[in-house]
Amino acid sequence: MKILVAVKRVIDANIKVRVRHDGSGVETANVKMAMNPFCEIAVEEAVRMAEEGIADEVVLVSAGPGPAKETLRTGLAMGADRAIHIVTEETLEPLAVAKLLAAVAAREDPGMILLGKQAIDDDCNQTGQMLAALLGWSQGTFASKITIDGDTITVTREVDDGLETVALTRPAVVTTDLRLNEPRYATLPNIMKAKKKSIDPLTPDELGVDITPRLEVLRVTDPPAREAGIKLDTAAELVDKLVNEAGVL
Amino acid sequence: MAVLVIAQHANAALAPASLATITCALEIGAKGGGEVTVVVAGRDCRAAADEAAALDGVAKVLISDHGMYENASAEALAALIEPLAVDYGHILYPATTYGKNAAPRLAALVDSQQVSDIQAVIDAETFVRPIYAGNALATVRSKDAVKVITVRATAFEKAAPGGTPARVEDLAPAAADGLSRFVGAEHSASARPELTSARVVISGGRGMQSGDNFALLEEIADQLGAAVGASRAAVDAGFVPNDFQVGQTGKIVAPELYIAVGISGAIQHLAGMKDSKVIVAINKDEDAPIFQVADYGIVGDLFEVLPQLKAALAAAKQG
Repeated sequence: MKILVAVKRVIDANIKVRVRHDGSGVETANVKMAMNPFCEIAVEEAVRMAEEGIADEVVLVSAGPGPAKETLRTGLAMGADRAIHIVTEETLEPLAVAKLLAAVAAREDPGMILLGKQAIDDDCNQTGQMLAALLGWSQGTFASKITIDGDTITVTREVDDGLETVALTRPAVVTTDLRLNEPRYATLPNIMKAKKKSIDPLTPDELGVDITPRLEVLRVTDPPAREAGIKLDTAAELVDKLVNEAGVL
Repeated sequence: MAVLVIAQHANAALAPASLATITCALEIGAKGGGEVTVVVAGRDCRAAADEAAALDGVAKVLISDHGMYENASAEALAALIEPLAVDYGHILYPATTYGKNAAPRLAALVDSQQVSDIQAVIDAETFVRPIYAGNALATVRSKDAVKVITVRATAFEKAAPGGTPARVEDLAPAAADGLSRFVGAEHSASARPELTSARVVISGGRGMQSGDNFALLEEIADQLGAAVGASRAAVDAGFVPNDFQVGQTGKIVAPELYIAVGISGAIQHLAGMKDSKVIVAINKDEDAPIFQVADYGIVGDLFEVLPQLKAALAAAKQG
């Protein structure tokens, strides 16, 4: 089975983002970028499936400007076989990305497409579900466990009231949650090997997809600030404040 | 046009997040969106549909009572809702795992760029939503003919009963695609209030050191009628199950009182609780970022502070 994995380049999770003064967005110039953490988990899962002989090829896809290639290279160093870079300078919304991925899936014919459940920049949590809808495939979102048995993909999902298990008929789209696995760090020999793996460029036009944004971002602002309060010495003082000052007990 | 709400429910009752979503729908409706219709799809879900019909401002309820909808399959739900979309300018889901799973599938089918997790309605096409784990707020305008939206439940009051009950109409089930089959669920059973709707939440982090030590939090939770939550670090370490997680990718909570114990306050945790009315932090590291958002803090060893807190709460109750 071939596995397609979609990855996104985002501001590194450890960076505290700053809102631009003109309200046009957050500052991305000279900011450290990295693979979206949920996408890393998706790559790791696919690579493990290849190592276990469940997958025979792991193909990465990313859409975005030139540097998205670095993110693909990271995934190749983790163990993916080859990559597709959909090159565009346009702002991409989840629906457009889902359409691009659907077009790639039509060419590649994978048995499963793995994605992170959400990107930590726009926090949309949409692309995988949209992709499944466009392809008419079933979906297993927020996966904490994936097992494959013949044509059945069994996914344990992290839901608000615990865990839920669904059985999907292949091909299917699965999105990853935090507890699925712990992604590996690429080793130096694998980083070297990744340099020789192919990254094929494609454009939205070649895929026949209109990526024109639908949403207009009017402004981006800082959230209301919360001020640090006071430090107390004892639990008794705390209870007194909660009862008499805050009135919440 | 009109506003459609896809209600999450537990058959006998609507989920609290659905009540907040209905309030959001009524606000959009009042700002030009039109009447509000609520869809209740499930098995033996008549009680939830009647509850929706009794809510003040709801114009109509559509019930689809069929085994296909028993387990909230996104595939089945999208197939049910898609034919309705032509009559509605807005389709809203709660931003719970139920809505997050189901809404984008419908959005793609109706060629709409969904607006996720809105926390304010500016007008019928303009909404405010958090990005970057709540470190920025984006105001976005959607011109899509059908606006598919998920709603952050903590940002809206819960809809209340009132007025003339709405009519409840049957909605015929859609054909099943059979692509996905529900196998089973492991729901955490707890007598405590549900995390996202509790008035008080007490959460533990890595500082708790073990799952067993969460008993210290549970004792205090029972004194306060509180729910117990956790940071991602505590869940990743296996102290407690995933459904305890409060944060950007876990649950968003905004209780009257949030008590963070042994939680450093990583950005992604703050994203899930910083809209709480009063925040208390107990941590031995006085430089922990959690103190920057806490109204009251105690710098100290939680294993000493928690028993003292328990005693102080007991004393306050008696006094």
